[in-house]
Amino acid sequence: MESEFLTTMALTFKLAAITTIILLIIGIPLASFLVFSKMRFKSILETIVSMPLVLPPSVLGFYLLLAFSPASAIGSFLTEHGIRLAFSFEGLVIGSVLFSLPFMVHPIQSALSQVPFSIFEASYTLGKSKIETMVRVILPSIRHGLISGIVLAFAHTVGEFGVILMIGGNIPDETRVASIAIYDEVESLNYAMAHQYALTLFVVTFSILLLVYTLNKKSLGGIR
Amino acid sequence: MIFINIKKHLDTAEGALEAHYELNINDGEFLTLFGPSGAGKTTLMRMIAGLETPDSGTIEVDGEVWFNSTKKINLPPQKRSIGFVFQDYALFPTMSVRENLLFAADNAQQRSNVDELIELVELSQLSSRLPASLSGGQKQRVALARALVRHPKILLLDEPLSALDPSMRQKLQDELALIHKRLKVTTLLVSHDIAETVKLSDRLASVVSGSIERLCAPMEFFSPQTLSGKLQLIGEVLKIEKDFPAVIVTLLVGSSVVRTVLSSSEASELSVGGRAIISTKAFNPILIPLH
Repeated sequence: MESEFLTTMALTFKLAAITTIILLIIGIPLASFLVFSKMRFKSILETIVSMPLVLPPSVLGFYLLLAFSPASAIGSFLTEHGIRLAFSFEGLVIGSVLFSLPFMVHPIQSALSQVPFSIFEASYTLGKSKIETMVRVILPSIRHGLISGIVLAFAHTVGEFGVILMIGGNIPDETRVASIAIYDEVESLNYAMAHQYALTLFVVTFSILLLVYTLNKKSLGGIR
Repeated sequence: MIFINIKKHLDTAEGALEAHYELNINDGEFLTLFGPSGAGKTTLMRMIAGLETPDSGTIEVDGEVWFNSTKKINLPPQKRSIGFVFQDYALFPTMSVRENLLFAADNAQQRSNVDELIELVELSQLSSRLPASLSGGQKQRVALARALVRHPKILLLDEPLSALDPSMRQKLQDELALIHKRLKVTTLLVSHDIAETVKLSDRLASVVSGSIERLCAPMEFFSPQTLSGKLQLIGEVLKIEKDFPAVIVTLLVGSSVVRTVLSSSEASELSVGGRAIISTKAFNPILIPLH
């Protein structure tokens, strides 16, 4: 029982960590595109990014499940190549990335939009490429936005339930994360175990948030 | 030598404009682009920097082509030897004064010059401070020093002093003149401040609705030859008070306020905010040194 608790918690945080890293990698270019692009289809992309904020998780989960099923074009293509996403950890990662996308993109987007464009231009006139400007000038100056994005995406993935239930099910050490486990334990009237999961999630997420916001405040103190 | 001959379609507040700039800048010269806002001064400067693209024409600096529309050459700002000082300074907020300058440096030699430049703009005491803790004048100095780190072929100053109070402005004008004399870097300044223009520039290019209307020495521009006064001052009209039969006009000359009495017909062409030349004839000015 104890080892099951540990594997479930480990899986939960592994999922959140992997999701957050992937989101950080795609979130920065995506947010930059949304802030600086003048393309016409930008508002469509903006809408898609924000959809998970209002869409019931079960809707996204349902369509992902359909897409992953071997009966669909995507699913059959994946099956041919030996990839199974439905009821697998990899599938959960994809679902969580999509579902937590706005929580990473929005803070970065709002921080980026507050950087005066002359800061970029000043760096270009000093001979620095776009990538060097981004890494050495822009990212350090929007770090509060990055930290918010990381914390929100991580916490949101830890707390995710609906999408995971739809596409992952409840397979121990594969797709059984803490939020599902709580539901499962309550269903089987095992309140003590449910409580153990719930309290752990509560304490861990509270500590992470507290730590990050305290650090963030301290590091901003120097320039604000 | 810098040769500029470029065209660009501009959308200004006063409507569309077909701008055409023809301008040669001599080595080591301090040239000021002077004119009303919306005339396209900043756009010209940004096109030289490569931050905006002309529709057609050429920009050539010391024999190197920076822009040529027929040959499809358009160097990005990174490849142009420029120092740009922005109106809002554009200092990097997470870097100290020294780090801002070091960021600009490309090689060991430029890095070793950083401290000298910090000293030149009198910021040695503040070199480890972050930009947010500096005053406007100090930020301006950092921006200027940073723009000089790479020994640019041309220094572009986009109304660098417009956000400062008058006394700080004057001090920085003096410093700018001194730095220009020391380093002899070809400098292009956008300004609509007369004192600044006269004090700093070798030549003035008057920019009016997208073209350079006149190119001459600043005094020649502000003080036309038609007046043969012995003493001429240029001022800005602050107040016009009707005091029948005369009119009392208050002007700002430099940083001092001057009041003068005119007849109503003489004053009829003056308006508040406009510029005027104060000229007196046939008298010997008395100069008393101030301590």
